[in-house]
Amino acid sequence: MSAADFSALQRPNDRLRRRRVANRGMEILAWLAAAIAVGILGIVVWSVAKRGAAALNLGLITKSQVQFALPGAAEGGLANAFAGSLVVVGLATLIALPVGILVAIYVNEFAPPSIRSFVGLTLDVLNGIPAIVIGIFVFGLLVVGHGYSGYAGGFALAVLMLPLVARTSIEVLLLVPGSLREASLGLGVPRWRTTLGIVLPQAIGGIITGAVLAVARVAGETAPLLLTCAVGVSNNADFNPTHPLQTVPTAIFELSESALPADHARAWAAAFVLLMFILVTSLTARWLAERTRRKLRRAA
Amino acid sequence: MSTYDATGNATRRPFSGRRVRPGDLILQVVAGLAALGSVVLVGLIAYKVIEGSRLSLSTFGLSFLTTTTWDPVHNQFGAASLIFGTVVTSIGALILATPLALGVALFLTELAPSWIRGPVTALVETLAAVPSVVIGLWGIIVLGPVLRDDVMPKLHSGLGFIPIFGPSSTGATIFTAIVVLTIMILPIISSISRELFLGVPSELKEAALGLGTTRWEMVRGVIFPYARGGIAAAMILGLGRALGEAIAVAQVIGAFNGPIHANFFGPGNTLAAWIATEFSNAAGLELSSLFYCALILLVFSLLVNLLAQWIVRRVAKKQGLAQ
Repeated sequence: MSAADFSALQRPNDRLRRRRVANRGMEILAWLAAAIAVGILGIVVWSVAKRGAAALNLGLITKSQVQFALPGAAEGGLANAFAGSLVVVGLATLIALPVGILVAIYVNEFAPPSIRSFVGLTLDVLNGIPAIVIGIFVFGLLVVGHGYSGYAGGFALAVLMLPLVARTSIEVLLLVPGSLREASLGLGVPRWRTTLGIVLPQAIGGIITGAVLAVARVAGETAPLLLTCAVGVSNNADFNPTHPLQTVPTAIFELSESALPADHARAWAAAFVLLMFILVTSLTARWLAERTRRKLRRAA
Repeated sequence: MSTYDATGNATRRPFSGRRVRPGDLILQVVAGLAALGSVVLVGLIAYKVIEGSRLSLSTFGLSFLTTTTWDPVHNQFGAASLIFGTVVTSIGALILATPLALGVALFLTELAPSWIRGPVTALVETLAAVPSVVIGLWGIIVLGPVLRDDVMPKLHSGLGFIPIFGPSSTGATIFTAIVVLTIMILPIISSISRELFLGVPSELKEAALGLGTTRWEMVRGVIFPYARGGIAAAMILGLGRALGEAIAVAQVIGAFNGPIHANFFGPGNTLAAWIATEFSNAAGLELSSLFYCALILLVFSLLVNLLAQWIVRRVAKKQGLAQ
């Protein structure tokens, strides 16, 4: 038996070859797309790290800002921005976390299905409103007549955080097994104690990680703060929320518009600190969330 | 014992089925108020934005949408150029980001070896966490010069006969904004698509492969049709994000608000970016006109979101019926 007998079968015909080439081409494109996505992240993080780490020193968070620093003049820091961010993001969390959890409790434990889906839709709509529109809303609500303040900035960030916190809380509460509720109610425990004492503690880990993700998300928000709190700020660290406050993202924005290299250097350093904070917190929170979810699924 | 009643009626409270405890009522009311508050909040946002733009609405009416002048000295304002810039940059970013995002999602669900899936998924989602101001800073200082020196001149010399690839002089252009927005919406579209692709029943995929299709033919014939509605919703959500992005665009687009031009390699502006940069020195009619811009943006984002929700619900219903 010679090999020639089988050559017709072994040789792929043109049509099959074309199909295989198309398949291979598409596979390569998909690999390429993934490489590009990861590559972009790598390039962004690397450029920020390279330029930021060079300009990074402790003075950045301890020294006051020096406006229009001339080359060779005393190096200024961004103490005002770090203090302001702390206050504004803290305020936002204090407002959005309890309200978000309460919304989730209402939706999961009390609301009839029609209201449940309506509130869900509202949260999605709220989540989809651009941050700059939230900023202009808070400007109209709190800044007109009262002036720029840390409170206004905190409220604006809280509006951005609310749908994020409420959404994750709803998801986590849904994972709490119904048998736990039934057992508690069956023992005669009132509904409010069942909710606060049995259901919520089961879910609190997931809710907190959701809140941390939301903090990471709003800590980098610039647009709403530009319109509500970072106007006419002090150059020194200021923790008083009734004052206008500088924040890290708005400082980066203003410094990036400057023409001075020293300002760019500080912008990169601040961007580096902000990026590291956000990457570390969001990756940790994601990892914790995955763990909690797995635990709850096992319990269910 | 003497009070004992054989029927038990006297000593037992009548069972009503729903006994309202004060604690239950308090929690329900407080939680209900929080939920009501978030609904009221959306209405309040719309009200405040309309209230702020009333002066400009009554002065310019709908002609605000069709004129391009922005002249604080003569109190003449129009947003046509900004609307054009917003639509062009968002659609441009969507066109660049969608194939990339679908490629990433297909890679993560069909091609990647299992040890690579977790880390790459996490990395792509991390890209979504990078704050817009940092992407903007990178865009203007690192990306802008590269596009200006290497990419735009080449595209211009090769495709210059198409007006959008015109001559370029700076790194702060509409094209730079499109690239930056592409980076920002890529992770949104890819993570939703990935979840959609994971939801395609494996029997369908295996049936196609068993019939002798190549992997790409299976993707085209099974995965894409199955996930079509969801992909559309993901694209719309990405579009919504691109429409409303202010800071990163303000940093890279070149702060130009004049006559509409087709050259993507020239500076331009968008509604959101213009609000962010002009807000601090606006007053009176100009401030009201910025509120008007925000109102247009709000309407855009509401339409986009409701459309996406509608598609998602319709798809969910259809798939629920099919199963």
